Amino acid sequence: MAKYLLLKHYRGAPAPANDVPMDQWSPEEISAHVQYMNDFAARLEKTGEFVDGQALAPEGTWVRYDGEGRPPVTDGPFAETKDLIAGWMVIDVDSYERAVELAGELSAAPGKGGEPIHEWLELRPFYGVSPTITE
Amino acid sequence: MNQVNEVLLRSLTPSVLAILVRRGADFAAAEDAVQDALIEAVRVWPADPPRDAKGWLVTVAWRKFLDATRAEAARRRREDLVDEEPAPGPAPTVDDTLQLYFLCAHPSLTPSSAVALTLRAVGGLTTRQIAQAYLVPEATMAQRISRAKHTVSGVRFDQPGDVATVLRVLYLVFNEGYSGDVDLAAEAIRLTRQLAAAIDHPEVAGLLALMLLHHARRAARTAPDGSLVPLAEQDRGRWDTKSIAEGVEILQAALARDRLGEFQAQAAIAALHADAPAAEETDWVQIVEWYDELARLTDNPVVRLNRAVAVGEADGPRAGLAALAALDDSLPRHTAVAAYLHERDGDLTTAARLYSEAAHKAPNLAERAHLTRQAARLNARRSR
Repeated sequence: MAKYLLLKHYRGAPAPANDVPMDQWSPEEISAHVQYMNDFAARLEKTGEFVDGQALAPEGTWVRYDGEGRPPVTDGPFAETKDLIAGWMVIDVDSYERAVELAGELSAAPGKGGEPIHEWLELRPFYGVSPTITE
Repeated sequence: MNQVNEVLLRSLTPSVLAILVRRGADFAAAEDAVQDALIEAVRVWPADPPRDAKGWLVTVAWRKFLDATRAEAARRRREDLVDEEPAPGPAPTVDDTLQLYFLCAHPSLTPSSAVALTLRAVGGLTTRQIAQAYLVPEATMAQRISRAKHTVSGVRFDQPGDVATVLRVLYLVFNEGYSGDVDLAAEAIRLTRQLAAAIDHPEVAGLLALMLLHHARRAARTAPDGSLVPLAEQDRGRWDTKSIAEGVEILQAALARDRLGEFQAQAAIAALHADAPAAEETDWVQIVEWYDELARLTDNPVVRLNRAVAVGEADGPRAGLAALAALDDSLPRHTAVAAYLHERDGDLTTAARLYSEAAHKAPNLAERAHLTRQAARLNARRSR
């Protein structure tokens, strides 16, 4: 029983094998890709391993505190930012091996030509609870 | 509905479920029916408490089962069942409850499925409560339970099971329970107590003792800010002496039967800690002996890691480091143990570096914060 975050990047991850931008796919290929992602989430719900999944817009704002009584400062987007998160899925699985297996399946989502994208996904464990019995 | 009633209600769950299964209901449908009856009880009982709580639950659950069966497409089979007026059936024996534990911890289930099914079918918790406790959506938990029931649907109810698998599930509930609305540690103790009443087995007693002894320290384990307080620094005045006394008594009775197992050995170690009025008075020599027993009983490498800590206390940090050197340094908490032993040995530079490294590898936030503070403490001392 452990939760993992599957992170999908707009940029920052190494280039995938099937590296064709989505706007150069056919509409059917895009539909097939979206369908694959939806089916994957639905399948995880059925296996009792799905926790959450969200997609993020590529453009965001950077915000920071600017001192007492002043409004927060906003800035960005910064061109030099190397890493950009596209979305995530949170899974709750029995083992690290299972998490890797599922990430591998998600990475097989079809892209141009209906071929798997082989996209690199980032797998990050959640911090768990501290166990009661420690000695 | 008050707390007392809920505990009573949930304690009746396994025997009510067992009665339905004995009457011929399949396990999955019976389990759903019992859940429905529990929900009905919560609704109805406050205004109209039954005289015979269990009889009420059996009647309502059986009716729910028949209603659900009636609604099903398999008309033929259903009519046979309905026509067959439920035999009053033998009153369920203790064995029925035991069978339910075996079924819910069946080896064909994954640990998380076995935990979820046990909490629902034996513990009488709702899917929502279990989902909240494990921080997953209710729909996910419902599917997990539903699949678990499907997985064990072919298992005969009266098939004998392995107590060890049940104990592993209860241990998981106790040790890795999240803190939600439901107190999973208390629930694990309740379920283990109920199991101990159903089967005479020294390891069941051992696990119950282990849980009670660790539960006794709960109030002292965390500071008001939520940070971890290590055993040596805990305010022992805040330990629950009643829980300790009960744990020790159960453990002694189990040990007297001379069928040692890993839970009894672990409980013995916890009892030795509980027995020390102050950390300095801990009988580390005996604790090392128990770790040696434990290492003979299980090949769990974490045991040898904990043994190295105990050796460090009994024979000095150099001996502890020597014991540690024999172990695989990729073990969880290996670095944290090394840091502690180096600090005890007076090598604060190495200790600070290792604490910091251990913090980076910590499996949870509380431990990371604790280890980071240890590193910071040593760094501040050295730069002074």
